[in-house]
Amino acid sequence: MTRFTHLIAPPFRPDQPGRARLTGRQATGQVDTWIRSQTHRVKRLLTWLAGPASALAIFLAPVSILWVALPANGETLPLLLSETGLFRPGEAGITAPGVLTFSPQYPLWSDGATKRRWIYLPPGSSIDASRPDAWEFPPGTKLWKEFSVGRAVETRVVERLEDGTWRFAAYVWRQDGSDAELAPSGGIAALPVPGAPDSIYGVPSEPDCRACHEGGPVPVLGFSALQLSPDRDPGALHAQPPGTTDVDLRTLADRGLLRNLPAGLLNSPPRIDAPSADGRAALGYLHANCGHCHNDPRESGAGVPVDLLLAQYAGRPDSAGAVIDSLLGTTSRFRMTGQPTRNRAELVTLRMHSRNPNTQMPPLGTRIADAQALSLMERWLASELQSQNSSNKINSPAKEILP
Amino acid sequence: MKTAKQLLLSAAIAAGVANFTTPALSDADQVARGKYLVTTSGCHDCHTPFKPGLNGAEPDMSRMLSGHPQDLVMPPAPVLPDGPWLVTSSATNTAWSGPWGVSFTANLTPDPETGLGRWTVRNFKDTIRSGRHLGRGRPILPPMPIPVYSNFIDADLEAIFSYLQTIPPISNRVPEPLPPPVQAVSVTP
Repeated sequence: MTRFTHLIAPPFRPDQPGRARLTGRQATGQVDTWIRSQTHRVKRLLTWLAGPASALAIFLAPVSILWVALPANGETLPLLLSETGLFRPGEAGITAPGVLTFSPQYPLWSDGATKRRWIYLPPGSSIDASRPDAWEFPPGTKLWKEFSVGRAVETRVVERLEDGTWRFAAYVWRQDGSDAELAPSGGIAALPVPGAPDSIYGVPSEPDCRACHEGGPVPVLGFSALQLSPDRDPGALHAQPPGTTDVDLRTLADRGLLRNLPAGLLNSPPRIDAPSADGRAALGYLHANCGHCHNDPRESGAGVPVDLLLAQYAGRPDSAGAVIDSLLGTTSRFRMTGQPTRNRAELVTLRMHSRNPNTQMPPLGTRIADAQALSLMERWLASELQSQNSSNKINSPAKEILP
Repeated sequence: MKTAKQLLLSAAIAAGVANFTTPALSDADQVARGKYLVTTSGCHDCHTPFKPGLNGAEPDMSRMLSGHPQDLVMPPAPVLPDGPWLVTSSATNTAWSGPWGVSFTANLTPDPETGLGRWTVRNFKDTIRSGRHLGRGRPILPPMPIPVYSNFIDADLEAIFSYLQTIPPISNRVPEPLPPPVQAVSVTP
């Protein structure tokens, strides 16, 4: 057990994650999570108390409610990357046994930074892939992504905790590359890094991590059926060739790390069903860079309620068509000042081009527009998409984008 | 000071004797609490346009919480001289100019196309918690007191959202914020 304070007499009022401050004789700290225990959770609560728990304090209300406060991330996150389980003990840079490498076919644009990625699943565990676009990762899952600009600058960590919640952290590499140190939860807006745009590199805050990662049905974004499909898109932008040890959909299944994966996805690996190579690459790019927010809100409950669907679904053969229909729609809540547009696709391109913080898309994580992506979008727009538009859709009302 | 053993015992006793249910607010109570919070937390000060009244400026409740009026096109904001003055606002109190550019207060009514009609309570809570539009997009700009409101507990935000979904919908498309002049020149496409 970590530690916990004395009981605090009611009345009390649990506050929000990261906001409440406990004061006890043994500990004072930020509260990460408040859990109101219902009857069915009492057993789990007692398990926490008895086991390797992170419970910091228990509060007993005068009647009927039991609250548990878990310590904030800052109290429990390792201070060094080498302590997160990525590396062998004492050997920063040498990945630990059980840590797997992977490479999504459609990477996120990160201002040209090169990236490496790893995943760890606890021994004996596996991912429930019965929902092809919302894999259920076991508690204890960890993912790391390293960003390099000439040298390793930052490694981000996503971890699923025992209670099923997810936490996010960033580590900034020392100049000498000996290790990386935990970044403040508020991020670092302007880390001086030669080679980065304007020699400034942004380390995201914890809320900004959640802003992107919690917009979809599952917070893991680059490790999915489509992203790990063996049928990789040769036209995908910024994709790094998979390494010899990288896992993909088939190797994960072969190793028993995926369960309940629909057999059809192995026999016919997920592939964006676009009518052209440019269309396939463009739709893949939009999926990776925009789909974590512009998705079907029925899947996540947290997608943005605007008429723009940009996510692909391995479990829905009509995904490409649905996104194209969405892009050809003419209605939009957003109005680009002084920039008339004929359809949402043009508006998307304008916002991809912008780096005005009120306008740019994606809204965070990038300081310079992706020239290759803009070129691809404009090429695709000018040919295939616009021809479809002019032939049958430009004067029609916006289609309902969600099935 | 209680020992760990005593705490375990207390928890076990509580688990055994209490039914661990919380009386939920009825829908009406939830809405009433939301109205109370909206009224006491200053939402009208900026989201309901002001108009001249017999006793000076007063909120125009015929446009309650509908944000900056779409038909009030603002001229360029005055350029303030160097000095301690930093911010200017419109007479309606719905347009604000400062170092961040120009911001316009949002339409909080449940109009589906221009207000919060299509938002979910999750969208609303994520917005207040993150300080980003819809919890994921552009930053919410001053003078919205995100650092204050992000301290609301979930139940309060849920009550506020419940109330906002009951007020009269008003179709009013609020303009997008404008960047500061330097940014407007250099990065706006």
